[in-house]
Amino acid sequence: MAINFSNALGIHERALNLRSQRSEVLANNIANADTPGYKAKDIDFKEILRNTNESMENMRTTNASHISDDYDESGNAELKFKNPLQPSVDGNTVEVHEEKAEFLKNALQFQASFRFLNEKVKGIKAALRSE
Amino acid sequence: MSLFNVLNIAGSGMTAQTIRLNATASNVANADSVASSVDKTYRSRQPVFAVQAQGGADDISSTLDGYSDTNGSGVNVLGIVESNAPFQRRYQPDHPLADEEGYVTYPNVNIVEEMANMMSASRSFETNVEVANSAKQMVQRILTLGQ
Repeated sequence: MAINFSNALGIHERALNLRSQRSEVLANNIANADTPGYKAKDIDFKEILRNTNESMENMRTTNASHISDDYDESGNAELKFKNPLQPSVDGNTVEVHEEKAEFLKNALQFQASFRFLNEKVKGIKAALRSE
Repeated sequence: MSLFNVLNIAGSGMTAQTIRLNATASNVANADSVASSVDKTYRSRQPVFAVQAQGGADDISSTLDGYSDTNGSGVNVLGIVESNAPFQRRYQPDHPLADEEGYVTYPNVNIVEEMANMMSASRSFETNVEVANSAKQMVQRILTLGQ
């Protein structure tokens, strides 16, 4: 059984990547909190994760000699507009406090993903050391 | 790396809010700068914010296509506009700048509005600082991967 980094690191590498992309989107919302007509955007994390999961399932069920590269086809994160609870008069749909909370949550989830990934890397290192 | 872009975005937000605060300071400072004629009177100045993105702020299709050009890159100050609100004319015949009818023209600065603007700008600035700090922590954390 060959060692495959994308199998060994699992979903966490992609999750971490997605978290950093999402932090960019949320930072953009916060920076444009006072821009007239700006529509708040966000990444649908659940949907992307489901797509990734499906592609991982596919990878498992196909022939073992297949070389599949799922990273490119499921790599783009689609942005969606948010529905504001209280849209403002100037057409801006950013709700700063909610965005702040989401940003904080995203940073914590980033830390969680990072910790998982770090443990995986540590595990591989321990295996390679063969002590 | 997108985390470094977060720092750029938060920086653009801070810059924009500083410009806004600057305009507010100018407006408040000149709230009582009287003049004898309408064209010489100070006009309230307001910055115009717009999204920094390819294809313009209102081009929704270009911002929804793929991820690479969707992330946006912060906020931009398009310029400063002068308000067209009517001036206040007060009857002060003993004022040295009074016109022949005895009126002086006060700027069209709404001091209450400016105070609200000032608070909003300073809060938005703080929020952007917090975002930049969080991004910094995230980058520092990622640098310790595998240690």
